[in-house]
Amino acid sequence: MSESIKQFLYLNRKAPYGTIYAWESLEVVLIGAAFDQDVSLAFVDDGVFQLTKNQDTSAVGMKNFSPTYAALGDYEVKKIYVEKESLEERGLSLDDLQHLTWEDEDDDWAEKDSIHLVTRSEMTAIMDGADVVFSF
Amino acid sequence: MPIEVNGKTFETDEEGYLANINDWEPGVAEVMSREDDLELTDEHWDIINFLREYYEEYQIAPAVRVLTKAVGKKMGKDKGNSKYLYGLFPYGPAKQACRYAGLPKPTGCV
Repeated sequence: MSESIKQFLYLNRKAPYGTIYAWESLEVVLIGAAFDQDVSLAFVDDGVFQLTKNQDTSAVGMKNFSPTYAALGDYEVKKIYVEKESLEERGLSLDDLQHLTWEDEDDDWAEKDSIHLVTRSEMTAIMDGADVVFSF
Repeated sequence: MPIEVNGKTFETDEEGYLANINDWEPGVAEVMSREDDLELTDEHWDIINFLREYYEEYQIAPAVRVLTKAVGKKMGKDKGNSKYLYGLFPYGPAKQACRYAGLPKPTGCV
């Protein structure tokens, strides 16, 4: 079985609202993770806004789905890569993002960080290393 | 098909899930379970309420594997296992309990 598990990377490039891409990506991620795929997420360009804290969608009339990112840990999604340059170019830092964690069952349910800040060149290597890249 | 609860009509989708989660009241679960010939006990309600809290926090209905693990963490290993949960909800704990709880069909459920 294990040799057939492919590494899927979901690449998120767009702002969370205005288009349906961010929500569609998150739904596909949850479905994939429920079927035991090896799932990683990458956030670059305006995609980094998807992970920001305190989102308020009341003015745009769309459902605020940002709380769902906190469920990724429950789905065993532990590899969330955020590109450092994309954050900086938008005046953001790690502190502006939700604190996403997963619980390590083998380590007395210790909470561990899911978000990994990576440079642009590291992100390139991550994309190279994935079997399949889905771009949203 | 819409369902009748205490004289009120609730819209559902083609699979029997409530169209609007905010419409939900406990009577919805009572009526749905009666149609399935299932009597709801406190143990059923623990799971239904748990699912509603999960939705409130994360805005999704969890997949069955996620539900099982989360129940185990909150209520103990004797409840966080498939045998116990399928015993309560024979049509599938996530699917059936989510329907009773007024949640949409779990993401990743086919």
